[in-house]
Amino acid sequence: MDAVDLARLQFAFTIGFHILWPTFTIGIAWFITILSAMWWRTGRTIYRDLMRFWLKIFALGFGMGVITGIVLSYEIGTNWAGYSRSVANVLGPMFMYETLTAFFLEAGFIGIMLFGEGRVSKGAHFFACLMVSVGAMFSATWIIAANSWMQTPAGAVADADGIFHVVDWWQAIFTASFPYRLAHMVCASFLTGSFVVAGVSAFHMWRGQHLAASRKAFSMAMWLALVLAPTQAFIGDLHGRNTLVHQPTKLAAMEGLWDTTKGPAMTVIAWPDQDEQRNLYAVEIPHLASLYLTHSWDGEVQGLKAVPPADQPNVPVVFFAFRIMVGIAMILLATAITGFVLRLRGRLFETRWFQLLAMAVTPLGFIAVLAGWTTTEAGRQPWVIYGHLRTADAVAPVTAGAVTTSLIIFFVVYNVLMLAFIWFAGRVALKGPADTSPPALEHPGIDRTNAGLFDSDTSAPAIGGAQQAGATS
Amino acid sequence: MTELMQAEYVPLYFGALAAFCVTVYVLADGLDLGVGIIFLVAPRDQDRDLMMASIEPVWDGNETWLVMGGTLLIAAFPAGYYILLPAFYLPIMFMLFALIFRGVAFGFRLQATQFRLVWDIAFSAGSILATFCQGLILGGLISGVPVENGMFSGGPFSFLSILGILCGVGLVGGYALLGAGWLIWKTDGATQVFAREIAHAALILTGAMMALVSVWSALTVPEVAARWFAWPNLLFLAPVPLVTLAVILSAWRGIWGRAEARTFILGIALFALGLIGLVVSLWPYVVPRHVTVWDGTSDPQSLAFIAVGLVIILPIVLAYQTHAYWVFRGKTVHLDGGYGGGGSGGH
Repeated sequence: MDAVDLARLQFAFTIGFHILWPTFTIGIAWFITILSAMWWRTGRTIYRDLMRFWLKIFALGFGMGVITGIVLSYEIGTNWAGYSRSVANVLGPMFMYETLTAFFLEAGFIGIMLFGEGRVSKGAHFFACLMVSVGAMFSATWIIAANSWMQTPAGAVADADGIFHVVDWWQAIFTASFPYRLAHMVCASFLTGSFVVAGVSAFHMWRGQHLAASRKAFSMAMWLALVLAPTQAFIGDLHGRNTLVHQPTKLAAMEGLWDTTKGPAMTVIAWPDQDEQRNLYAVEIPHLASLYLTHSWDGEVQGLKAVPPADQPNVPVVFFAFRIMVGIAMILLATAITGFVLRLRGRLFETRWFQLLAMAVTPLGFIAVLAGWTTTEAGRQPWVIYGHLRTADAVAPVTAGAVTTSLIIFFVVYNVLMLAFIWFAGRVALKGPADTSPPALEHPGIDRTNAGLFDSDTSAPAIGGAQQAGATS
Repeated sequence: MTELMQAEYVPLYFGALAAFCVTVYVLADGLDLGVGIIFLVAPRDQDRDLMMASIEPVWDGNETWLVMGGTLLIAAFPAGYYILLPAFYLPIMFMLFALIFRGVAFGFRLQATQFRLVWDIAFSAGSILATFCQGLILGGLISGVPVENGMFSGGPFSFLSILGILCGVGLVGGYALLGAGWLIWKTDGATQVFAREIAHAALILTGAMMALVSVWSALTVPEVAARWFAWPNLLFLAPVPLVTLAVILSAWRGIWGRAEARTFILGIALFALGLIGLVVSLWPYVVPRHVTVWDGTSDPQSLAFIAVGLVIILPIVLAYQTHAYWVFRGKTVHLDGGYGGGGSGGH
């Protein structure tokens, strides 16, 4: 492998690893903010218990996001000097605004969010949670504005040296693909977050522990998923049609469409053969792609062969990544609807197989996000700035040996981190929320020995206590 | 606004701002890296718990200034970004690896029951390695980087210099001094006594390395020597080393004194003097002896765009960061919530 491929591999690996954490924390931060607001307004301890529980898991994920994000802000210079040189005038300010409006906001309030409860008022704690959540949104907004400019550049012109100069900041930030990509990513974060909450809650319900808190969280998560799963499908459709207009080659790779066709079929599955420029073993549904892409029976869609093979992305990667994303979206949509049907029948909290299903789909959101980003980033190739700067020309004057060294270390370090995170966060998640509710209120018929037990030690990880709370509620 | 940004003095403001960000980073992250550097030397586990608790709410905000430095560099001085970062590829990468381990140690250490020592080592070794790498970068910067056709033209190890190693050791001492000063201020009892003891060693190391780095760079980098020893510069610049000496002596006398913030504040003063010396040595270059602040700035319309945000938002950022320190003011107590899943269940 040459230095370009190594640099691409390293960036893909480090940014792919990084995106998992914002995906997780954007959604969970808002969930915690809602819990903090409910605790502040209602004073019901169930909200505080849930808030403290999710704060512990959030803290671990947030830390992972911070440190893996710092890596990226330097990697853009260390590995992609040609890119930095070309786009610094356009994207440099966006990166700086991300730090200024998002990272500082998050960093300024994360301490109060994690450790401030009890030190500051409930209202102030809610405000800190809100600021961290808003900061995470700002961060997503700026970084997706920068990414969208790379996909659909506007508002800047390149000079003879290939250096971009901004002529219109509004156009450079609000590019053609920006609103769709932002909505798609934020919705993905919330959807992934809601299935994480649902999965963890389902585990405790399945074990018959922490029932009151778990049911509350499970119900909230399933309501959110019911709204978000169809919304995400709708946004995804809009995003796809935006890609059709602005990045037709990427869309053709997603669809596995080689020839420009009127009324193209939908390729359900196939093996796209890049050398022969055609699909092998294709299973197709006639006219369906035309219907969802152009909303007409005989719409024309540009194929991959409209550009020379040297300007095509790696078609199998884009093609399969897109199918993984859509397939997971279908599974999550089906799960959300199933949950709604069970709720209507009054069996949402008792159906054991559904609890197992909810646990099984917990990691799928993350896989869908990785697959979706693979689709859009690999689909942009061979360009780093679509139609302007080739990835091969963007690389830094760094030797392959140095990149290999860092790549190997990243690979080892990130895998160790992932194992450590799964170990520690998993332990917290499986232990579940502590139940600190005043026993007299929720246990009207409780006997004196047990009441004493509750009073004496509310700080213990109250597994036994919570089981009883569930059993009587 | 864009026209305004074409004025000749504009790069000076952005240069000053970049220096400000570096200063805030060095002082803020310096204190929590410093706590990490002396972490394993602390005699008891309770000391380590308290040391970590004293920086837990603020380390993330401190480290954000490192990102701010990087993004300000690409936004305002792109040439500095795309020449210097590849030039310091290996020390930057190892600094990042080190910061990763030390960053996750905050969360994982409190969760760990069996392998706590592993995370203690990760935290401390990560802090030392990250600091040493920053010193290597600093020394390499003073020595200069090879540039051809506006791009870095050296190899993976061209950053390596004796000056870099001296700076690395000096920075470890300097951050340890800041960390010890912070602990004298923020803790009491046995932990405070430990911090006072370690502050002595850190101060000796810092003072010695500051002298050594100054002499070595004057001897080996002729441009630096020319800057300091030319007449009348010598006259104006002579107070810098003299004041530095006075600060070191004053810190030495104050370590066991009753003014608990004194060591920390004098540590800050020492860093400020070091940075003044650095600016004197390197001015007016972004990439030493190749790209000046005037050649290296981005477009006026890009500078105008970031200037708006910097003027409006940076003061707000400083206000609520100060507020975050204020919320956790006074002597550190053991913290609940957040990471504390291990023993503290929930009160």
